[in-house]
Amino acid sequence: MPNITMSVNGRSVSAEAEDRTLLVDFLRDDLGLTGTHVGCDTSQCGACVVHVDGEAVKACTMLAAQASGSEVRTIEGLAAGGELHPVQAAFQQFHGLQCGFCTPGMIMAATDMINRHGASLDEAKVRAELDGNICRCTGYHNIVKAILAAASEMADAQQAAE
Amino acid sequence: MGAEGIGARVARKEDKRFLTGKGRYTDDITVPGMKHAVFVRSPHAHAKINGIDKTAALELPGVIDILDGKQLTEDGIGSLICGWMIHSKDGSPMNMGDWRPLATDTVRYVGDAIAVVVADTKAQAWEAIEAVHIDYEELPAVTESADALAEGAPQIHENAPGNLIYDWEIGDSAAVDAALASAAHVTSLDVTNNRLIPNAMEPRAAIGLYNEAEDHYTCWTTSQNPHVTRLVMSAFYNVAPENKLRVIAPDVGGGFGSKIYIYPEEIVCLWASKRTGVPVKWVADRSEAFMTDAHGRDHVSNIKIAFDADNRITGMKVDTLANLGAYMSLFSSSVPTYLYATLLSGQYDVPNIHANVRTVYTNTVPVDAYRGAGRPEASYIVERAMETAARELGVSPAELRRKNFITEFPHETPVIMTYDGGDFGACLDAAMKAADYDGFPARKAESVARGKLRGIGLSCYIEACGIAPSKAVGSLGAGVGLWESAEVRVNAVGTIEVMTGSHSHGQGHETTFAQLVAERLGVGIDTVNIVHGDTDKVQMGMGTYGSRSGAVGMSAISVALDKVEAKAKKIAAHLLEADEADIVIEGGELKVAGTDKTLPWFQLALAAYTAHNLPDGMEPGLMETAFFDPTNFSFPAGCYICEVEVDPETGVTDITQFVAADDFGTIINPMIVEGQVHGGVAQGIGQALMETCAYDAKNGHLLTGSYMDYTMPRAVDLPSFTVETTKTESPSNPLGLKGCGEAGAIGSPPAVINAITGAIGTNDLAMPATPQAVWAAMNR
Repeated sequence: MPNITMSVNGRSVSAEAEDRTLLVDFLRDDLGLTGTHVGCDTSQCGACVVHVDGEAVKACTMLAAQASGSEVRTIEGLAAGGELHPVQAAFQQFHGLQCGFCTPGMIMAATDMINRHGASLDEAKVRAELDGNICRCTGYHNIVKAILAAASEMADAQQAAE
Repeated sequence: MGAEGIGARVARKEDKRFLTGKGRYTDDITVPGMKHAVFVRSPHAHAKINGIDKTAALELPGVIDILDGKQLTEDGIGSLICGWMIHSKDGSPMNMGDWRPLATDTVRYVGDAIAVVVADTKAQAWEAIEAVHIDYEELPAVTESADALAEGAPQIHENAPGNLIYDWEIGDSAAVDAALASAAHVTSLDVTNNRLIPNAMEPRAAIGLYNEAEDHYTCWTTSQNPHVTRLVMSAFYNVAPENKLRVIAPDVGGGFGSKIYIYPEEIVCLWASKRTGVPVKWVADRSEAFMTDAHGRDHVSNIKIAFDADNRITGMKVDTLANLGAYMSLFSSSVPTYLYATLLSGQYDVPNIHANVRTVYTNTVPVDAYRGAGRPEASYIVERAMETAARELGVSPAELRRKNFITEFPHETPVIMTYDGGDFGACLDAAMKAADYDGFPARKAESVARGKLRGIGLSCYIEACGIAPSKAVGSLGAGVGLWESAEVRVNAVGTIEVMTGSHSHGQGHETTFAQLVAERLGVGIDTVNIVHGDTDKVQMGMGTYGSRSGAVGMSAISVALDKVEAKAKKIAAHLLEADEADIVIEGGELKVAGTDKTLPWFQLALAAYTAHNLPDGMEPGLMETAFFDPTNFSFPAGCYICEVEVDPETGVTDITQFVAADDFGTIINPMIVEGQVHGGVAQGIGQALMETCAYDAKNGHLLTGSYMDYTMPRAVDLPSFTVETTKTESPSNPLGLKGCGEAGAIGSPPAVINAITGAIGTNDLAMPATPQAVWAAMNR
């Protein structure tokens, strides 16, 4: 079995895994990072979205070996120093989660979306960008509101920093 | 209301663990020594099993054992049952076919479980199921309910001749026939309520752990009602007696009804753990969820409504054929009967109603309650028919409804319900105002100018929640009581734990229930912990379904709080040397009214547990239990308005606005209630526009078995919603709550279809109204 080494949430990890091991199974089963969820078997639901080298990736569509040498960030690594990330905080404030199962993937997809589009996001664009993430509880209404609020807050914070 | 009490829009206590990846769902749990189960499932919709050859599979790496139905039967594990007895109109009991957790002689749907492989890894178990050889003798299959009743149809269960499960009726047939015969106008409509697949985002899962030293079982499972799971597994399936079985439903990722039932897999995991001596985990993949989670709806109906010359309803006749699938799931029999036909009066004063319901077996996944459970089916046919009637009569759909609204309460319907309150006109007014209903003609003209079609559709739904009282549902055939249980513990340091038999799988109970305690005891919600989902921690419970957690679950907490407060006041009066009647609870303290004498909760609680100075004869401690059984159902009701623009070239429907105006009685947390409406409406729009379960009628294969075939609503398919509420309190529980979990899914489908049919000018349109279906309807 090949040895796989990657950085996960800023920490270097190394483990042996079968060639066929998916990144999501490596994270969940080998590293015990169960915040990344598996909601389907056809790469449609987006519950498993993580960031690989700064980009949103469905961890069920990538082999762990393909991510070897990469920087991986999961939902467990998003809050810094006990402070919720602005996207996490907005999901709570706007009630963008109910059962919580799709939430990690939603939040990782949303942070990537905001990183790419920033304050230029509007409702139509957020809805279109969420095409790869399914939620059965919220009807997306509050998820969209949360993402727009977080995008605006992050843009303001960036402007203030500049 | 306090800052965190009843009516406060507080953020959810449970969110942090979900937001940071620290939720603990069944698949996140690892038990030392745990092995993995994968099920051998039938690829045929209907076949005889002539033999099972496990030899080659048992030789594969990592395989611990392969267990089948014969072994399960030898060990005395029972068959799955339906827990609600329905009698046909001739008095005969329903024909319940045998459902073995692992099929022994016959398989009856694609996905029917036959054997289980337990292996070191899930991948090894998957490889091994491929090597289990089953000798099948294929039989003809049937998937549609009308086909199942036809002469010469394949016979699915020996004890259900012609595949008929029951032929049931309610109401006065002769009176309705007379009303139809003498009517000034009769609206008749054939309506299909499409079969849906629930699709909670967390697939079902179970871990079975048998501890031989203690002869004790633990089951972690994705359940909406862990105590019911324990009860049914003990009383009917002989898995283990209740005192030897602990059921834990940890964080559960959505249910929508599909996680009420006890399925073969959790029974088999517990049994397999004892057989193999290792803890056994099973996690469904999504494909397995599509072909084994109980499906919803699947009704074919005709409705006739008789009107007099003044457009008042004089009678209603409904004939329904409901598909229950290959086996009778746990509450399947009640859905097309007492949860459906009893709501056919809708919001209207209907002097006579008669409904005839036949249910049938088919070679499809069992069908049971799915968000709304019978009430969406009732609401759909009534509201489609009312809109159709308005068009036929040439009157305003809103005014036809208003003319026929029930306005005096209590109101006894001809289908055994007693509506105890409501203000249907207030919901209609609120929805029409929010939707700018009067501005529709101008908006339509603007659409037409752009070459588009525009329609607006109404739906005035009513539902019944908090199914109760237990005595009444027992008399209707329910095999269980439908109370709820709560224990409130004020700890010695003044913190509070509430053990509730309700189960939260997205509903936010950890917050809402804490808000009730905060309101009553004047403490902050962070002082309160809501404990649920574990039969070893929570005394008893009936779980969460049918929008009952507020009306029944919180009411039980309220009654327990009454007892806690009563005892606390006695202690306070004793310690403060005051009259008990003068003690008030305010701002986290017990006070003597009109004085400065106070006692904070923590001091009072400490006194209760030190017991150094209690009134003579009083038991130490401050914890109280209550069982609450409501006096009646609660009746949430509302008016939904959907406005659509349809592209005549493509048949694509765009929902330009969706307004919900609901009367949920008392609201504890408006933010959470609005979220429930959003989610329910999304599921209803999903049913109306895109979702449907399809089988190949020739061979019984499930055609919509993945997210590539079954269209789940995505964010881009839905609009933002406008949610309004009105309020009349329910008199059937101490808090005036009515329930809000299912309303959105009940009220929305008819509003959507009424809007589209209005836009395209033809009524001949079935759900889901896909672009193809809409285009075809326009061009027929």
